[in-house]
Amino acid sequence: MEAEQSFWAYLSAFSETQSPLDFVLIYDNLDKFFEGALVTLQLTFLALLIGGLMAIPMALARANKISVLNPIIWVYTYAFRGTPLLVQTYLFYFGLGQFEAVRESFLWSPILSDPWWCVLIAFTLNTAAYTTEFLRGAIETTPRGEIEASVAAGMSPWLRTRLIVLPNAFRRALPAYSNEVIFTLHGSVIASTVTLQDLLGVGRWLNGRYYLAYEGFVTAMLFYMAIVFLITIAFKAAEKRFLRHLRPRVG
Amino acid sequence: MKLTKTFLASAFAVATFMTGGIAAAETLRIGVEGAYPPFSKKEADGSLSGFDIEIAQALCAELNRECELVEQEWDGMIPALLARKYDAIVASMSITEDRKKKVDFTEKYYDTPTRFIAKEGAAFDLTKEGTAGLKIGLLRGTTMQCYVEKHFPEADLKLYNTQEDVFADLVAGRLDMQLNNTLQALDGFLNTDQGAGFAFLGENLDDVSCLGEGTGIAVRKGDGLSAELNAAILAIRANGTYKTINDKYFEIDIYGK
Repeated sequence: MEAEQSFWAYLSAFSETQSPLDFVLIYDNLDKFFEGALVTLQLTFLALLIGGLMAIPMALARANKISVLNPIIWVYTYAFRGTPLLVQTYLFYFGLGQFEAVRESFLWSPILSDPWWCVLIAFTLNTAAYTTEFLRGAIETTPRGEIEASVAAGMSPWLRTRLIVLPNAFRRALPAYSNEVIFTLHGSVIASTVTLQDLLGVGRWLNGRYYLAYEGFVTAMLFYMAIVFLITIAFKAAEKRFLRHLRPRVG
Repeated sequence: MKLTKTFLASAFAVATFMTGGIAAAETLRIGVEGAYPPFSKKEADGSLSGFDIEIAQALCAELNRECELVEQEWDGMIPALLARKYDAIVASMSITEDRKKKVDFTEKYYDTPTRFIAKEGAAFDLTKEGTAGLKIGLLRGTTMQCYVEKHFPEADLKLYNTQEDVFADLVAGRLDMQLNNTLQALDGFLNTDQGAGFAFLGENLDDVSCLGEGTGIAVRKGDGLSAELNAAILAIRANGTYKTINDKYFEIDIYGK
């Protein structure tokens, strides 16, 4: 207890006299940053989950060049990969809200009037577009031998996709997917521009409330770095497990 | 002796370098906003106009200085001043105790009240209990944020980057109320097509500790610029320049008492 107090006294004195940052203020508002981190994590991982599930059938349709679907999905992925996420979010949030027909529709009050849903929809469609394209790439690079072997073994096309093509495509896509996860996390800061109190939103709130330049941003930055660190560790572990066959054999 | 001179010279060089060469540069850089009509707005061709903009230009003329207007979003206004992106803020900034901890202010150059806006006929009770759960929108990092957090802590406060976004969401029905400067609200919203069906709610708010004592020009602490600017404000008040600009935008004299 005594040690804690003296540390606290030290921190207060340090903040007031020497430090360019006010650590006391940051400490006092840490709970808000944790709440913000929760919003950030929720949005990021829900978008990745839903977007990832959407991407699988779309990537299969693209890779197998299914007649009507392939061009439609191409237009969709092109539109969402070709425009900034900020613009997409603004279109869903401010754009749709301009139309009275939208405001009077049944979708307005539960979903489209809520910034959280607007942001989730925009993030999901965005990450689904990127994931579709690199999953398509991974499916298309399936070695011919694997396909021939599965045909020779009498597998139906569906069984082949489920047991051979997709699992191996996931493996090939795994290292690239960690980038997509991190980019989606970084992109989630856009939530703060439409009033959500995500990590950056809390940082900007703190800066705005106390007219500060750094404290809010520095704290948010440390939180993002911590989250990225955890994501990197998780992918390292996943690669160790799923890409075991690619490592040199030891002993 | 010679050593002292060299030392002084290099110390001076370092000092000049650290102040960003402001002493050397004649150009006065003024931070302004661009989304707060009629105080500041952007014309179709991208140029800035408005009361704040013209006051800034008039002050520069009075000071006989070259001026450069630097556009900055509201929530980065004071940080950018401290980071020496510009030397003074002419952007409808209220003089408050909180801000005085970070910057120096001139005397006020105008003073207008703050008031809520809601749908016409809305009867919200402006008390702590009455505003619980109400969605109140306002510009991030303003005196209004301080006011609502202090007096209506249970309201659902929504913070925006620009005042235009606040109005857009009020119209879209995402907000129950919004709070800002009455003159800005009249010209930027209530007197426009967008503001049809909306009206002021309650009385002008009163809390000097949050809302401040008028609108001033912010400069970095200890910068002698504030004395020069004070003289310039009084000068344009006296020579009629202020009145000319004021009358262009408002029917009343917004300088206050």
